[in-house]
Amino acid sequence: MATERLTAIRDDADTRPATRRWAPSRRLLAHLGLIVVTLVMLYPLVWMVASSFKPTDEIFSQPGLIPRHFEPSNYAQGWKGVSTAFSIFIENSLFISVLAIIGNVISCSLAAFAFARLHFIGRRIAYATMLVTLMLPTHVTLVPQYILFNKLGWVNTFYPLFVPHFFAVDAFFVLLMVQFIRSLPRELDEAARLDGCSPWKIYRYIVFPLLRPALVTTIIFTFIWTYNDFFKQLIYLNDVQLFTVPLGLRQFLDSTGDSSWGPMLAMSTLALVPPLVLFVTFQRKIVDGVATSGLKG
Amino acid sequence: MAVAFPALRGGRRTRYQNGWALLFLAPWLIGFLAFTAGPMLMSLYLAFTKYDLLTAPKWIGWGNFGRMFGEDPLFLQSLKVTAIYVFVGTPLSLCFALAVAVVLNRGLRGLDFYRSAIYLPSLFGGSVAIAVLWRKVFNGDGLVNQLLALVGIHGPSWISEPHTALGTLIALEVWQFGAPMVIFLAGLRQIPREFYEAAQVDGAGKARQFWSITMPLLSPILFFNLTLQLIRSFQAFAPAFIISDGSGGPADSTLFYSLYLYQEGFVNFDMGYAAAMAWMLVLLAGAVVAVNFFFAKFWVHYGD
Repeated sequence: MATERLTAIRDDADTRPATRRWAPSRRLLAHLGLIVVTLVMLYPLVWMVASSFKPTDEIFSQPGLIPRHFEPSNYAQGWKGVSTAFSIFIENSLFISVLAIIGNVISCSLAAFAFARLHFIGRRIAYATMLVTLMLPTHVTLVPQYILFNKLGWVNTFYPLFVPHFFAVDAFFVLLMVQFIRSLPRELDEAARLDGCSPWKIYRYIVFPLLRPALVTTIIFTFIWTYNDFFKQLIYLNDVQLFTVPLGLRQFLDSTGDSSWGPMLAMSTLALVPPLVLFVTFQRKIVDGVATSGLKG
Repeated sequence: MAVAFPALRGGRRTRYQNGWALLFLAPWLIGFLAFTAGPMLMSLYLAFTKYDLLTAPKWIGWGNFGRMFGEDPLFLQSLKVTAIYVFVGTPLSLCFALAVAVVLNRGLRGLDFYRSAIYLPSLFGGSVAIAVLWRKVFNGDGLVNQLLALVGIHGPSWISEPHTALGTLIALEVWQFGAPMVIFLAGLRQIPREFYEAAQVDGAGKARQFWSITMPLLSPILFFNLTLQLIRSFQAFAPAFIISDGSGGPADSTLFYSLYLYQEGFVNFDMGYAAAMAWMLVLLAGAVVAVNFFFAKFWVHYGD
């Protein structure tokens, strides 16, 4: 599979370019082009932040960034929300995300250890099955899953949004960890085995601690995916008290129309802060994670 | 004691650890059966029924599929919208990604900055906050038209005109070309510099070098990006939902496949039809990916 080929491209600290450098004049041209591209990429985001500090009529009248009338009250008004305080949405989103992270870390690392290090009958078939699930559009399980959770009485609770993660449904992370464990020297667990360690002890005290880089990638992307997910939250949560950040933003959009764009943009800006903080903190890791495995964000 | 644990190397036969494996794999196995395989079988069954969640499913044979292609113009519309989105958006974003990656690979100063800045929009991906931003940017009096006004052009309200609304959603997808770009960049770094030096000695021009060295060596990564991007864009949902208020408007011009599936299943509670649509999506996306895989052998070159 293509994914496995790509993992060959990991950790290339060598920054030497594959092709020759350009002459100075062409380099300048390249920089100019790249600056234009970067501006186009970032301008909407910066404009959003700037607009969140502008009074509504000013958002509509000028594309510039510096607000003529600085209006921090957008944030206060947005934070108060339509009917429910925005802080509740943030709490709910964080709650779901943290549980999803715990679930993925535990269940995916257990499965990955078995696939990478244990010998058992049907290993190839089980592994191939897991790889196939990577390619399935999520929609095919959506309707029956909803029916299942409905029967369990879990609709309008957080359970459908985090329980599946405790059962390694994100095959991508299993694959990521399998690749990582395979790169660890086998001598380590062989030595432990000779000392009489059970597979559980090898997993718990040798492989799991060494797995940290892959776990960090899993944590970051589980957070971003769960936090940004809209579809599942839209389907499963009806009660405003259970709303998450994406649902809160949407509710805002519905009930206030186009009249209060200031608070709307203020809360949208705020919603981007957690992923942004993660990105700034783990920039290198995130970009490398994308480069080696095709995770997207 | 040590003798009881045979080494894994040296050609000695390995001892099977079925019991342990079952323990470690139990969560995944349960998850696979309960949340993937089970639901898939169930949805296959439901696809041939009429089911509203309250009364028992009623078997209607191929009825749902007949309805899709015979009497449901909205289904065909959603198919068309998604096809345009996938087949215009994907090549566009891959072209941008490749072009920028090639330039960035020249060992320019500030590589880390450019790479991060261009990747940033992909990080936020299909989040509602970005969809809200996009709605505002392409609104009648939004950023795009404010900028156009500076050069004297009076732009339309992009998101409320049927012939421009889908374009703004494609623009949103293309805006997130940073993720494939990062993957291309990693691939370009793997191409040995010596190849280009040798080509230069042989008198090959820049264009020739690109088509004869870069493209063949990069083709597995291009293929990977293409497959990934295709699967993802088939499933796009949040931007279309937010920008059209969940309606797929104006005039159904942004009625994405997944949006229509959502409406049928979770607004009209026509679960049987939604399940049939889901399976049709699997077949269609699978066919596109299969065609992609089939043609891969003509243009994807794996090294020795």
